[in-house]
Amino acid sequence: MNLLDLVILIPAIGFLAALFIPRANEQFIRLFTLGVSLLTFVASLGLATGFDKNAAGQQFVTNFVWIQNPEIHYHVGIDGLSLWMVLLATFLTPIAILISWTSIEDRVKEFFALLLLLEFGLVGVFSAWDLFLFYVFWEIVLVPMYFLIGIWGHDRRIYAAVKFFLYTMAGSVLMLAAIIFLYTQAGTFDYVTVLDQLQSGRIALSHLQETLLFLAFFLAFAIKVPLFPLHTWLPDAHVEAPTAGSVMLASVMLKMGTYGLVRFCLPMFPVAARENSGWIVTLAIIGIIYGALVAMVQPNMKKLVAYSSVSHLGFVVLGVFSFTQVGLDGAVYQMLNHGISTGALFVIVGFLYGRKHSLLIADFGGVATAAPWLSIMFMITTFASIGLPTLNNFVGEFLILQGAAIRNFTWAAFASLGVILSACYMLWMYQRVFFGRAAGEPEPADDHGHGAHNDHAPVHTHAVHGGHDSHGHGMPDLSLREWACVLPLVMMMVWMGMYSQTFLPAVSAQDARILTTIEKGPQASNVNITPVSGGSAHAR
Amino acid sequence: MFKLWLIPLLPFLGFLINGIFGRKLPKLVINAVAIGSVVASFLWVALVVGPSTDWGEHKVQAHYFTWIQSGNFNVGWDFAVDKLTMIMLMIVTGIGSLIHIYATSYMDHEGGYYRFFAYLNLFMFFMLNLVLAANYLILFVGWEGVGLCSYLLIGFYFHKKSATNAGNKAFIVNRVGDFGFALAMFLVFINFGTLNFNGVFAAAPGKPVETLTAIALLMLVGAAGKSAQIPLYVWLPDAMEGPTPVSALIHAATMVTAGVYMCSRSSVIFLHAPAAMQVVALIGLATAVFAATIGITQYDIKKVFAYSTVSQLGYMFLGVGVGAFSAGIWHLMTHAFFKALLFLGAGSVIHACHGEQDMRQMGGLRKYAPWTCLVLACGSLAIAGFPGTSGFFSKDAILTAAYAHAPWMFWVGVVTAGMTAFYVWRAFWMTFWGDYRGHGKPHESSWVMLAPLMVLAVLSLAGGFLFNVPEMLKDMFPEHGEVPEEHMLMAISVAAGLIGIALSWYMYVVNTELSGKIANALGGVYRLVNDKYRVDEAYDAAIVEPIIHGSSAVLWKTIDQGVIDGAVNGIGARAQNVGGLLRRIQSGNIRSYATWVLAGSVVVIILMGIAGGVR
Repeated sequence: MNLLDLVILIPAIGFLAALFIPRANEQFIRLFTLGVSLLTFVASLGLATGFDKNAAGQQFVTNFVWIQNPEIHYHVGIDGLSLWMVLLATFLTPIAILISWTSIEDRVKEFFALLLLLEFGLVGVFSAWDLFLFYVFWEIVLVPMYFLIGIWGHDRRIYAAVKFFLYTMAGSVLMLAAIIFLYTQAGTFDYVTVLDQLQSGRIALSHLQETLLFLAFFLAFAIKVPLFPLHTWLPDAHVEAPTAGSVMLASVMLKMGTYGLVRFCLPMFPVAARENSGWIVTLAIIGIIYGALVAMVQPNMKKLVAYSSVSHLGFVVLGVFSFTQVGLDGAVYQMLNHGISTGALFVIVGFLYGRKHSLLIADFGGVATAAPWLSIMFMITTFASIGLPTLNNFVGEFLILQGAAIRNFTWAAFASLGVILSACYMLWMYQRVFFGRAAGEPEPADDHGHGAHNDHAPVHTHAVHGGHDSHGHGMPDLSLREWACVLPLVMMMVWMGMYSQTFLPAVSAQDARILTTIEKGPQASNVNITPVSGGSAHAR
Repeated sequence: MFKLWLIPLLPFLGFLINGIFGRKLPKLVINAVAIGSVVASFLWVALVVGPSTDWGEHKVQAHYFTWIQSGNFNVGWDFAVDKLTMIMLMIVTGIGSLIHIYATSYMDHEGGYYRFFAYLNLFMFFMLNLVLAANYLILFVGWEGVGLCSYLLIGFYFHKKSATNAGNKAFIVNRVGDFGFALAMFLVFINFGTLNFNGVFAAAPGKPVETLTAIALLMLVGAAGKSAQIPLYVWLPDAMEGPTPVSALIHAATMVTAGVYMCSRSSVIFLHAPAAMQVVALIGLATAVFAATIGITQYDIKKVFAYSTVSQLGYMFLGVGVGAFSAGIWHLMTHAFFKALLFLGAGSVIHACHGEQDMRQMGGLRKYAPWTCLVLACGSLAIAGFPGTSGFFSKDAILTAAYAHAPWMFWVGVVTAGMTAFYVWRAFWMTFWGDYRGHGKPHESSWVMLAPLMVLAVLSLAGGFLFNVPEMLKDMFPEHGEVPEEHMLMAISVAAGLIGIALSWYMYVVNTELSGKIANALGGVYRLVNDKYRVDEAYDAAIVEPIIHGSSAVLWKTIDQGVIDGAVNGIGARAQNVGGLLRRIQSGNIRSYATWVLAGSVVVIILMGIAGGVR
C-alpha cells in the first residue's frame, strides 16, 4: 500500500461511503465529497513531491496478481507521463464539485458521488500498468460521465449521452479485442511483460497483425481525443452536460485518448505508428484548422469551446506523431495546459449560465461592466487559450510546432494557421459576451454616434467605479466560492506558462525513453519501459 | 550585476498595484505608482545601467532562469544590453515617462482611470522585455505582450463596438504577422540549434543563402504585422480608437517600431540574404508612398497622423532594406520624438475643441491654444525634414543610403518626403489658421499636458544633433558602401519638404477654395484615395466573408452536421433495427439502462476481486 494506492482508493471509498449518506443531508454530502476530493488532491501532491525526476520509469509501483486465470495484475505505478495526468484529475475534481455546489439541485447525492467515481476511474486509467486493469478503469470512467450527461444534462441530454456512449463504446470494443489478442500471444495482461515481449521479439507480430492491432488501439483513442472526423460526439456532449461534466470531460477525459496514444500505441507498435503517421498527422492538422473554423461560427459558447478543443487536441496529436523529443514533450505538456485552460473556460461559461440561464453568445453583452473580475478572469483564460506567451498554452503549442517543423516544415506551417484562428474565435466571442452594453441597457444620451468623437465619447465604465451598481442586475461578480474555483486555475496558467521547469523535466525524461524504444524498434530488448522495481510498493 | 530585471519589473509592479487595488485608490496614488514606476525605470537605465556599461559599449548579459527546456531545445529568460538596446531603452522609458505624465491630465475626466494606467504600465513591462531580450523567444514574449496591451488599450472604451472591433482587428492582423515570426523561429532553431542571438548571429554567415533568405522573409512577415507595413498595415489606422496617449506611446513611438528593431537586431541574417533585403526595401518604400497619399486626403486629425506613422515606418524599413540599419534606428528615434509630439499635440487640440477630431470643425486655434500651436509647429517642421531639425538628419541619412543603393528609390523617397510635409502642414494650417469653425470655445490645455510637449518639442528640434545614432552604432553594423557627402541630395530632399510646406500654405491659407476644386477634378481617384483605396473592404470581401460564410454553411452545417453526423446517426439507426439493446437505449429509458450498466460493472468488479483473491 503506497501513496498511489491511497490516491486511487480514497475516491473509491468516498464514493461508496457517500452512497450510504441519507439523501436528505444534501449539504453534508457536498461537504463530504469536497473533503474527499481535497484529501485525494493533497495525497496526490505527495506523488509530485516524492517523484524522483532523475529516475526514469515507474515509481510508486504496486504489482500483485489480482486474478489468477486469466492472469490479471493489479499493477499500478506512475512515471513522468502519468504523474501530471493523475494530478490533473485530482486537481480538477474538487473544482468540479465546487462549481456544482448550488447549480445541482436534483439528486444531489448521486451527482456528487458520481464525481468521486469519475475521479477514481480517471486516476486508475492514468496509473494502470496492466492492460485489462486499464480497460476496466477506461470503462469505469464511461459510466459516471454517461449518467452526468444523461441525468443532469440539458434538453437534448438523452441524445447526447447515447451518442457519447455509442461512439466511445465502438472504440473500446476494438481496443478490448486487441487487448485479448495480445493476451493470447503473451499469456498475460501485464503491460510491462507484454511490452517487453513485443520489443524483444518473443511475440512476433506479422506486419498485418501489428497494423491491425495499432489501428484497434488507435481508433479507441482517436475517438476519445477526439480526432477529426470522429469528433461529432464532443460538441453535443459538452453542450448538454452540466458544467462539472463539461469540465471533467474536456479537461481530463479527452486526455485519456492522447495519453493512450503515447502510453500504448507508440511503444507497442512503433513500426505501424511510423507507417501510419502521415495520414494521422494530416487528420490532426485538418482538425486544427477545421475545429477552429467551425468554432468561429458557433452561436453557443459551450459549442464554441468544444470545437476549440477539437482544434487544440489536433495540436497534441500532431506533437505525438512528430516523433521528436520537442514535439512529444510539447504534446504531453499541452494535454495539461488544455486541461487547465479549457477547464477554466467551461467553469466560467458555467458561471455565466448560472446568472442568465443561457449559453447563447447573443444573449450576453456588457458583462465586463457588471462583473469586472469575472471578465478579467475570463480574459486571462482567453489569452491562455490562444497561446499568449507567459501563459501555459504557449509553451506547449510552441514545442509541438517546433517539433512538427523539425519533422516536416509544411506541417508546422499549416498547423500554425490554427494559432491565428484561435485568436479570431476567442476574441470575437469575448467581444460579444463581455464588451458592449448589456441587452436593454440604455445608450447614454450624449453618445450621438458622431464618428469623429472617438476619443472623448462619453464612456460609462461602471466596471471601473466599483463592482455592483444598478447595472449589475442578474450579473453579480464572482462570489467567494467562484473565486475558489477559478483562481487556482488562473494561477496554474501563469505558473505553467512562466516556469515550465516544474513540470517538463519529468515528462521529458519519460518521453525520451519512449522515443528510444521507437527508434530502436523491435528486437531491441535492452531498453524498455520496465519498472524500476517489479515488486511491490516503491517510492523514490 | 546591473539588475537588468529591475527595468521591466518596476512597471510590472505598477501594473499589479494599480490593476488589483486601483479601483479603491485615490488618483494621486494611482499617478504616483504609474508615473513613479516608469520614471524609476528610466532613471535606472539612465543613471545606473547606462553609465556603468558606457552606454552599451560593454555588452552585458544576464541569465535568470530556464524558461523552456526540452531535449536540445533550451530557452532561458535572458536579457542583454548593447548599444542598440541602450538606445531603445532610453527611447522607451524616456518617451514612456513623458506620456505617462501627460496622460494623468488627459485622462483626468475619463472613466477607468486606474485601468488605463495599469494597462499602460503592463505595456511598458512587455516593451522593455522585448528590447532587453537576448534570444528570439523572449523577444517574442514582449512582441506578443505589447500586442495584448495594444488590444486592451485600443478597446479601452469597451462599450463602443468600433473600439473593440479595432482591438480585435489589431490583435488578429498582428497574429498573421506572428505566424510568420513563429515560422522564422522554427527555421532558426532547426538550422542553428539555438534561439540565442549570440549563437545565431555567430553562425549565420556560414549558412546557405536560401535558408537565411527564408528566415529573413518570414521575419519580415512578423515585422510587417507589428510595424504596419503593406499588406498588414490595415490595423494601425483603426487603432486610433484608443485614447490619444496610447496612440502616441504604442502606435507611434514604441511598439510599432518593434519590427524595425527586430530586423536591425537580426542584421546579420538580413545582410546575408540580399534578396530579402531588397524585399524589405521595396515594401518599406511602397508603404511610405501609399500611406502618404492616403494621409493627404484625411480630415480626422488622428487619422492623418496614423497614416503618417505608417508612411514613416515605411521609411525606416527602406533604411533597413538598403543596409542603412543605423539610419533606420536613427529615424526610429527621431520619429519617436516628433510623432509622439504630434499625437500628444493632437490630443491637446482635441481637448481644446471638446473632443472634436475632424479638422473641418477646427481652425484658428493659434489664438486659443498658442503653446499647443508652437509645439506642434516644431513637430511639423521636424517631420517635414526642415534643415537642422531631428527629422532632417535621419531622413537624409536614409535617403542618401537609398540613393547609393538605387537612385530611383531616392527619388520616390523624395516625393514621399514632399507629400509628408504637405499633409502634416495641411493639418497644421487647418487646425491653427483661419477662423474657428467648431462648437463651444476652445481652450488651452493644462501645464501637466504642455510640459511633456515642450520637452518633446526640444527633442524634435535638437534630437538629431544631440544623439548621432549612426555614430553611436558604427561598430554594430557593417559599413554599407561608403556614401559620399552628397550635398545635392540633401538639398533636393530639403527642397521637397519646403515645397510641400509652401504648397499646403497656399492651398489651406491663401487659396482655400483650391483643394476642393482639385478634389472635384480628380473625382473617382480622389474618392478612392479618401476611402483608403478600399483595402479594408477588399479584405472583407476576399478573406473575412468567405471564411465566415464557408465555415458556417459548408464546414459546420454541411460537413459536420450533414455528412459526419448523418453517417453516425445512419449507422445508429441501422443498428437499432438489428440490436434489441440499442433500441432500448434509444427508446429513452435511460434510468433503467444506467442502473443496468452500473450494476453490471460493480458485479463484474466484485466477482473478479473474489475470483482473483486479492493478496
